Amino acid sequence: MNDRAVVVEDLSRHFGRFRAVDGISLTVDRGEIFGFLGANGAGKTTTIRMLCGLLAPTAGKGSVAGFDIYRQAESIKKSIGYMSQKFSLYPDLTGRENLNFYGAAYGLDRKQIRVRTQQLTERLNLQDFVDRLSSSLPVGWRQRLALGVSLLHEPKILFLDEPTSGVDPVFRRKFWQLLYELAEEGVTIFVTTHYMDEAEYCGRISIMHQGKIVELGRPFELVERYRAANLEDLFVDLIRNRDNVNAPA
Amino acid sequence: MRQLRFIAKKEFYHILRDPRSLAIAIAMPILMTFLYGYAINLDIENIVVAVVDFDRTLESRQLADRLYQSTYFSRPERSVVFEDPEAALRRSQAAAIMIIRPGFGEAVRGRERFSLGMLVDGSDNTLSAAIQHYSSVIVADYTRDQMPLNLTVPFIEISTQVLYNPDLKSSHFFVPGLVAIILMMISALLTSITITREKETGTLEQLRTAPVKPWVILSGKIAPYILLALLDGILVLVAAELLFGIPFAGSELLLLGFGLIYVSAALSVGILISSLVKTQQVAMIAALTSTMLPSVMLSGFIFAIRNMPRPLQGLAHIVPAKYFVTIIRGIMLKGAGLDILVIHGLSLVALMAVLMTVAARKFDTRAG
Ligand SMILES: Nc1ncnc2c1ncn2[C@@H]1O[C@H](COP(=O)(O)OP(=O)(O)OP(=O)(O)O)[C@@H](O)[C@H]1O
Ligand SMILES: [Mg+2]
Repeated sequence: MNDRAVVVEDLSRHFGRFRAVDGISLTVDRGEIFGFLGANGAGKTTTIRMLCGLLAPTAGKGSVAGFDIYRQAESIKKSIGYMSQKFSLYPDLTGRENLNFYGAAYGLDRKQIRVRTQQLTERLNLQDFVDRLSSSLPVGWRQRLALGVSLLHEPKILFLDEPTSGVDPVFRRKFWQLLYELAEEGVTIFVTTHYMDEAEYCGRISIMHQGKIVELGRPFELVERYRAANLEDLFVDLIRNRDNVNAPA
Repeated sequence: MRQLRFIAKKEFYHILRDPRSLAIAIAMPILMTFLYGYAINLDIENIVVAVVDFDRTLESRQLADRLYQSTYFSRPERSVVFEDPEAALRRSQAAAIMIIRPGFGEAVRGRERFSLGMLVDGSDNTLSAAIQHYSSVIVADYTRDQMPLNLTVPFIEISTQVLYNPDLKSSHFFVPGLVAIILMMISALLTSITITREKETGTLEQLRTAPVKPWVILSGKIAPYILLALLDGILVLVAAELLFGIPFAGSELLLLGFGLIYVSAALSVGILISSLVKTQQVAMIAALTSTMLPSVMLSGFIFAIRNMPRPLQGLAHIVPAKYFVTIIRGIMLKGAGLDILVIHGLSLVALMAVLMTVAARKFDTRAG
């Protein structure tokens, strides 16, 4: 249990009669990069929100960093960093002001904030952008800044919900280099993406469809098993087959 | 033609699929019609007038009966202390006091000139004008009945003394109430907007993944608005002094204390709204409708609550502005102290506590 960063068993979340997440199970090891894939509306964001303590599950079990998602949400919050699918910085504050604010929210003291801000601006190459209003930053830089915010308190697990959507390929490549470095330092990364080239960088992936996980494994093994040309074809085939099965005949 | 139909149809979908704005769109006009239709009733009835009868004759009793037989006036619940009749005005137990000095009976019998005393609470200027008018009519009526030959020389007059707002300026009456309304609107509006804005930008969600307690987020967000609201209040009061020359009879500190409680209640309304809606726009509409209308109509700001139909009177009890209008008028115009205002203060505290609790609960949930 303790070397597992994330353990989920039969987790569900219903909105009224609609089952946004419908009994999913998975585990993520420490230091792993786990790709959480799925079509639009599959339930990825809903799952992440439950794991981060933002949303109460309807049923099932789950633990993050060894803490129970029902009873120990506060401890979980201290061990995780989160980058939401939406742009989640204050547009009317500069990068530095955002970092200062979130640093305080994560309970860092003044000195820690200064040191961490310094480290992160260097590491993320934000020197020229950190003093600009975050609303004025190009998307790629914004996303880096958001990553910086989620790393302020040196979390052991990172939940990244489509961190690279709308970002150009060069930026995406650099972003993933950073993720690799972090993983090597022992940070667990739980990431969603719609880019299949990114999915190939992941240690393992799961593919979600209509609230259920339909496949889970190493990217190359899955491609081989289904005799698909590549991950993208596999993804499209899996989802399309499911849709056909579910469609009224 | 076809395009127009399709646009209209799509527009209907927009409306029908957004139950909240639909509710506002329907409820607001209904509410307004209702309030404007019933609450604006300037016919004043059952004004509480105390008669302090030092004369104790048949005639003095007849006059008192005359007063209370009319629909305009009614008796106070508690009898008025003879030594200090004005106390009844300070405590708002009566809106006016008629003082019948010894010698009235004799004067009536002998048809001599006589002057009745009348103390009137001037802090509600419509009311006090009505009191003066109605009471002089009744006294003239009574006098005429005592005349055998229909002589129409009035020999009994009333010498009126208006207390608290002697010039009967409506600004004295309105401006303190205005403070109550502005504080309520600003506080509720600004908090609900600032919280929904964070919902829109997604920053609230980000913040909630940090190990910060919801009540900390809340207090941190509303603290600046408490200051802002108090500043607003002070500005209005200073303007009141400078522009209208409204006196400040009571304790500023006491008003500040009650003001804090009142503003907290108003902020809770804002938090409550923001936990129910998702966008700033809806929050703005909801905040304005739910605070401005009741605060103006059901607080005694313009319309006397006692003249409203029963259901509206009941509704007024949950309008925080009702208590604060009474409190601020009492303090500013009459110099009322804690001993007199404590009842209204406690009601306000209770209301604030309920609102705060509900708002904090709502904000705390992980349901959505
Ligand atoms: N608060 C909510 N109330 C009702 N339905 C919701 C709520 N949140 C999400 N849903 C629904 O649950 C489903 C799953 O949404 P979710 O955001 O988890 O999908 P996703 O996999 O993240 O999709 P995307 O790739 O578009 O981000 C969607 O159909 C969505 O409309
Ligand atoms: Mg999503």
